[in-house]
Amino acid sequence: MAKATAGAKSKIAYKGDWVQVHMVVLQPEERSPRVPRETSEVPLEMWAKGFLQEKEARLGDHVEIETEIGRRLRGSLSAVNPGYSHSFGDPIPELLQVGRQLRNLMREEEL
Amino acid sequence: MSEGKGSQHTEYQRLMQRKGEIIRKAVGIDYDQFESGSVAFDYEEMMRSVGYGLDEIRSIQGETGVGNTPMLELKNITALSRRCAGPGKGARIFLKDEASNPSGSFKARRAAVSVYHAQKLGYKGVIAATSGNYGAAVASQAAMRGLDCIVVQECYDSRGVGQPEIIEKGRKCEAYGAEVLQLTVGPELFFVFLQLLEETGYFNASLYTPFGIAGIETLGAELSEQMRDKTGRDPDAVVVTNAGGGNLTGTARGMCKAGVELNQNVGSGGQDGTKIVAASVNLEGLNMAGDRQFNRKSFTTGHTGFGIPFAVFPDRSDVPRSAGRPLRYMDRYVTVRQGEVFYMTEALARLEGLERGPAGNTALAAAFALAQEMDRDRTIVVQETEYTGAGKHVQPQLDFARENGIELKTGDPREEVAGESVVLPSDPKLITAAELDLEQLSRSYLKRSVEFAGEMGKTVRNDDEDIRFLSEETRRNEAWVRYTLKELEE
Repeated sequence: MAKATAGAKSKIAYKGDWVQVHMVVLQPEERSPRVPRETSEVPLEMWAKGFLQEKEARLGDHVEIETEIGRRLRGSLSAVNPGYSHSFGDPIPELLQVGRQLRNLMREEEL
Repeated sequence: MSEGKGSQHTEYQRLMQRKGEIIRKAVGIDYDQFESGSVAFDYEEMMRSVGYGLDEIRSIQGETGVGNTPMLELKNITALSRRCAGPGKGARIFLKDEASNPSGSFKARRAAVSVYHAQKLGYKGVIAATSGNYGAAVASQAAMRGLDCIVVQECYDSRGVGQPEIIEKGRKCEAYGAEVLQLTVGPELFFVFLQLLEETGYFNASLYTPFGIAGIETLGAELSEQMRDKTGRDPDAVVVTNAGGGNLTGTARGMCKAGVELNQNVGSGGQDGTKIVAASVNLEGLNMAGDRQFNRKSFTTGHTGFGIPFAVFPDRSDVPRSAGRPLRYMDRYVTVRQGEVFYMTEALARLEGLERGPAGNTALAAAFALAQEMDRDRTIVVQETEYTGAGKHVQPQLDFARENGIELKTGDPREEVAGESVVLPSDPKLITAAELDLEQLSRSYLKRSVEFAGEMGKTVRNDDEDIRFLSEETRRNEAWVRYTLKELEE
């Protein structure tokens, strides 16, 4: 499944490395009274990416990053060189049948 | 960001109190000038005074290569639809290929005008709160105009798991050089958004400003011109995938500007003119703000979870008055099931050789069914497509559904239960467009409008001006508005 910290392998990062940080924006008890219960029981979290400002940091360390547009943000280091793991997925057997069905229907149409 | 118990909550409340002021600074519009002090506000004046004219927008969009997308006749899908239809039935189906825009969707039209406007007013950057195609559109336009861009996405559940479709859209924003902030589920994203606007002083590239909506008017105008070229007349129906209502509003307004006669007065059964049909994926029963329910849907936009709330209460958006007001232009509102849209996405690839993103094909699934109600010499236009890519594709979206415990099967799509199953039709004959009751939606709209005016500290007068406004908003006659208001009071 596509996770927030996808693609990251290293546990240690150096100044200037492209990293991802994690922060808690609102604790469960701080959340809006209007959210459903399943949401009010968990914190509001946020992830951002940028260039590490510390000389060296390990996953979980509180660090500063400079984002692509030059803003400075602080958070706990959640991934080093974060990538993407989403893909074109595996074939869906039911959908393969749809393709065949459509082709057959169109062939009958031509007859 | 959190400094311990309670402190953030106060900050949250303090920020929310400054909301009006922050938004005013971030969009450069004083919305108060259009207010009547009661329920009514001057919509057309808002569109006129801060929007742009059609020719001006064409020229702005031309600067960044937006618009002039192809209109394609879907001959094979039309043939398939006629195969399912009764004798003599099966309108010609056309498709406006909006995926050809620079960022891969019609949202480039909105973003082009917003980012142009931000640059003109001297803003250094733009911010958009969206997990949809709009983020990529704003990022792409900002890249072309050299502005900074921040996109705030609702992206993950509390396990840190995200819809592949949203992850892909985030990736695309990053590809264009945007800073992407990805949040877990919850409406408090708006708090982060306001904080960012205040901190950076950037422009709020909201989806719902007059210029954003005016940007879509070119789509409606182009569509009309292309259909006249291809068929010699205006289309009989245009189907619009409906979420926040802006797409439908802008398209209909653009068609009017191009001289298309729209169907008049929906409430009294008018038959003439081009019909505007809204289509959404039926996600009835799923709570959009639910942490666990978030990943139990296979569509992250174009669904009833946005479509219905925004139709009955457009001003729930991130600006004081939304320029997207779909009930003003809607003749019908139909829903289709997730499995039906996936099926039609497959049909579009297999029969027409067009691989496009599933969410944009919501209107296509509806049009496939609606064409079967219409005579063969009639035409129906599907007014958008969106790009496809890793994550934003039938396979990964259905894989994801399965991984999240959703049952995928082939059968009668009417048996699909959102959040529990996705049912691919076993036969294209089983694809149907289910009608929503527009009068019921109009009633909800009336109720919410009056409540909203009260919440905003206005004096609800329900005077002639209010009645006229509510009649225009719902396209129902004034007698209906008066009667319904009275009924709601009781």
